[in-house]
Amino acid sequence: MPEQLIFAMEVFLNGLMAGVLYALVALGFVLIFKASGIFNFAQGVMALFAALTLVGIMNGQVPFAHIINATFGTDLHYFGWTVPGLLAILLTMGMMVLLAWCVQRFVFRHLVGQEPIILFMATIGLAYFLEGVGDLMWGSDIKTLDVGLPQGINETIDEVTFGWFGYGFFIDNLDLVATLVAAILVTGLVLFAQYTKQGRAMRAVADDHQAALSVGVSLNFIWILVWSLAGFVALVAGIMWGAKSGVQFSLSLIALKALPVLMLGGFTSIPGAIVGGLIIGVGEKLFEFALGPALGGATENWFAYVLALIFLVFRPQGLFGEKIIERV
Amino acid sequence: MLYREAGDFSSTYAQDSQTFPIRFDRYRYYFVLAFAFLVVPFLINDYWANAILLPFLIYAIAAIGLNILVGYCGQVSLGTGGFMAVGAYACYKLMTAFPDVSMFVHVIIAGLITAMVGVLFGLPSLRIKGFYLAVATLAAQFFLVWLFNRVSWFYNYSASGQINAPERTVFGIAVTGPNTDAWATYMFCLIFLTLSAIIARNLTRGTVGRSWMAIRDMDIAAEIIGVNPLKAKLTAFAVSSFFVGISGALFFAVYLGAVEVGEAFGIQKSFLVLFMVIIGGLGSIFGSFAGAAFLVVLPVVLKIVGVDWLGWPTDIVAHFNLVIVGGLIVMFLIVEPHGLAQLWRLAKEKLRLWPFPH
Amino acid sequence: MKYKLGTMAIAAIMAAGPVMADLVFPSLSYRTGPYAAGGIPFADGYQDYFTMINARDGGIGGVMTRVVECETGYNTEKGVECYEATKGEGSLVYQPLSTGITYQLIPKTTADNIPMHTMGYGRTSAANGDVFSHTFNYPANYWNGASGAIKYLLDENGGDLSGKKIALVYHNSAYGKEPIRTLEELSKKHGFELSLLPVDHPGQEQKSQWLQIRRDRPDNVIMYGWGVMNQVAVQEAANIRFPMENFIGIWWSGSENDVLAAGAAADGYKALTFHNVGSDFPVFDDIQQYVVDAGEAAGAGDQIGTVLYNRGLYAAMLAAEAARTAQGIHGVADITPAMMRDGMEALEITEARMTELGMPNFGPAFKVSCENHGGPGLVGMTQWDADTKTWSMISDFGPSDMEVIQPLIDEDSAAYAAENNIASNC
Repeated sequence: MPEQLIFAMEVFLNGLMAGVLYALVALGFVLIFKASGIFNFAQGVMALFAALTLVGIMNGQVPFAHIINATFGTDLHYFGWTVPGLLAILLTMGMMVLLAWCVQRFVFRHLVGQEPIILFMATIGLAYFLEGVGDLMWGSDIKTLDVGLPQGINETIDEVTFGWFGYGFFIDNLDLVATLVAAILVTGLVLFAQYTKQGRAMRAVADDHQAALSVGVSLNFIWILVWSLAGFVALVAGIMWGAKSGVQFSLSLIALKALPVLMLGGFTSIPGAIVGGLIIGVGEKLFEFALGPALGGATENWFAYVLALIFLVFRPQGLFGEKIIERV
Repeated sequence: MLYREAGDFSSTYAQDSQTFPIRFDRYRYYFVLAFAFLVVPFLINDYWANAILLPFLIYAIAAIGLNILVGYCGQVSLGTGGFMAVGAYACYKLMTAFPDVSMFVHVIIAGLITAMVGVLFGLPSLRIKGFYLAVATLAAQFFLVWLFNRVSWFYNYSASGQINAPERTVFGIAVTGPNTDAWATYMFCLIFLTLSAIIARNLTRGTVGRSWMAIRDMDIAAEIIGVNPLKAKLTAFAVSSFFVGISGALFFAVYLGAVEVGEAFGIQKSFLVLFMVIIGGLGSIFGSFAGAAFLVVLPVVLKIVGVDWLGWPTDIVAHFNLVIVGGLIVMFLIVEPHGLAQLWRLAKEKLRLWPFPH
Repeated sequence: MKYKLGTMAIAAIMAAGPVMADLVFPSLSYRTGPYAAGGIPFADGYQDYFTMINARDGGIGGVMTRVVECETGYNTEKGVECYEATKGEGSLVYQPLSTGITYQLIPKTTADNIPMHTMGYGRTSAANGDVFSHTFNYPANYWNGASGAIKYLLDENGGDLSGKKIALVYHNSAYGKEPIRTLEELSKKHGFELSLLPVDHPGQEQKSQWLQIRRDRPDNVIMYGWGVMNQVAVQEAANIRFPMENFIGIWWSGSENDVLAAGAAADGYKALTFHNVGSDFPVFDDIQQYVVDAGEAAGAGDQIGTVLYNRGLYAAMLAAEAARTAQGIHGVADITPAMMRDGMEALEITEARMTELGMPNFGPAFKVSCENHGGPGLVGMTQWDADTKTWSMISDFGPSDMEVIQPLIDEDSAAYAAENNIASNC
């Protein structure tokens, strides 16, 4: 087999893996958009906030330490205990549910029935707010996140492919874990939506708020549920990305990687987010591999959007989006 | 009491259709203009010009431009940063190629070039709608920034990839470069802003503006009653990009003097201008001003209060800044979802009846 | 930070009243935003040094110093606001700590007659004092860094790099592109093969670049990264099992922040530097005594001795020494920014002086002149030890290849002079 083809295969596989990571972020957007028609600009910041909280709890950091110290002249930093990963994840999840409740209670409850652009704007405010609160609570230094995820090259794949092609493929263990987690997450979400009472209620709300209300579904509860789920997805995405780079402000920028995925897969489809992620991941990596050197590199960012654009010209509602029917 | 139409009689069509039909409002407008043109230039110093007024004026132009596209024509755009970069780089190339031509001409030509690029990236809007359209404009955003970073012709092959504004004049007065007077840069931007606002206001209530709004409210219905969507959408992209290009040129040449494309015109800029438009009020020229003021002036004011008056540590102030701006956005929305412009309209209604509300 | 916000407010208002004679050193810091982790230690070090000088020596030449901190968030527009807000207070020297803000301020500071010091960043050709009268970038700049890395590799390989493959992984911005010209010239001179791998901002996703490195197997990788890009690059290098000792970062990719996230895998990673690392210097005893124990430490007080803290300390030391030199030249204790500029231009840092300051071998010995605002460009190499979590110097401050760099500096500064009609300054 020619060398270039082997390399292209490796790039293809890694593109798939990268796509899964993008899809993880996109999932959070889809969940909220589907159930409430809100384009949640704060999803990236939620991932950051969740990851910060997780690390903070694990390390026993004192929340708001900096401002407490500045106000009372104390010198607090750590409680002096550490919390095991799993318990910390549960506690963080509790925090995200609380956040979901607050968001619902103090923001969106007052904005029921408003136009989408106004709801979008509210999430902008929320993003600013959360970013500030996250910084105040946990400080803005880089934190190391260690929940015991494996990282580095997968030996088995390396050896097996070396045996086949004479060139060992590089697959990151973290990416494999991410794929597994994404698969479980999507299956879980689909099962939840199809087979549980709350899931059915959620789908009913997604189809028609008024109709759902009239058959006795509590909108309030469903929206808290959806925001909690999105918070959970944000936490997972935060863990996966945070394991690579440490938990820091830039984590909130991963939302930008999810936007083309979202556009391509459709705002309203959970499988769409996954398929969209895979297409974008593979597309941008292969393009960089094939034409990057000729164009001077760093093409991935814009190519993801151009790729999404090309797809959209042929399917304006995204690959799996609901068909747009317009009537006068 | 105020804003009352009693005693105002229109005897011609021109009087009836003027921008400020209420006499009090009209005088207020003349007063603001006179204050901005005749009083501020004599009071202004470097701090006021560079820290508050210039960014406000320039962002207001960008917000007017984007408001035409998003607020009047209903096409969501996240490419503002990229289009501002087109304006800036076009202006730079013109400034260095034709040093003797007046800055005025350069800025306007930079706007025209941006308009052409805008039309090009506006083409997909004929097929893609709503939030999905944002992807087309995001593609423009990322591609343009990459292009200006990549092709060294755009920055005259300088080693660093930054562009620097050399000194250029209007009627012999320096408006770019380091040796400018605060009043000169302020007046230069103010003239552009005033003209932009007047042009935008008159376009949006004329035929073109009505066809934009028809497209915004329902494009299929508009098409059926004879509005050409191709023409309406592309003119909106062209006019919007023209203003955005002008603001980009001013942003680079007059305000900052040196920019690097990724940092100055990145995706954050696109979001910032969109936030201004939404917070100010979609489909309102006044809203563009209010939104720009809110997001430019408020952080500075909060910083001055927190750091200079209260003496708090700068980082705590910066974090609180985010919390307060975010909280205010949400609060405004709950009180009045249609932006600051609507708040202003309501206030005017209240003032009209004040102090006898019944 | 031992006082309360309330009392600080009152103190601030009272302090705003009478104008005392003091030496104002503005600190355009960024304790928030995407690069906060890099900005906090630098700002702390800068402030702590002046706090110590005030407490220990009663200021510089008998005049107290005052640090005015202004938060830029690494944002150019906020940087402009900070500059305009602080320049009226008699600010002596600006250290904008961001390449974007530097470019902004070069013409403005020149027009306002205030010097600016961009230590290891900013516009490299500002080393030519003949054109850039008010901008200083001693002791080293980006091109010195690139050349220093190659020189280190030359020493490692017995003076011969022909046939070697070197990859440059860089932040795709003006900053990251700085070393390309120098490295291209050097590759012609020494016969190594250079490949360029740009990473787009912010740099969280670098799979493509590191897969390519894995395929091409370069002998060495040089990195010009910043922010999250550093942590990801170190992690990805570890993932593909790239030998860490062949991986060299510029000084902005060589702090604790950049390697801690990768854990043990980062062991052996190298970074260039122009100042010493660690807290094994007498000056740190003074900082402990006069600053930390007095409860006056800047920020959270937990950054002392980190690489970037030392950089802030070093910057403050150079500023204080320049102020002292200026006082000597003009015979005035309460100097103006214009005098400060003269002091910076006449600055001479000797080993003896650094020892006297409790900072022996903290940085290279150098001398600034009217023509040369960049110093001799001496750079050293540090290496990360993941077990003890410390950086340590593994080579002395050595010269870089000015034969290659000087023509590039002259060319770029001549272009700037022509574009802006700048007459000769010296």
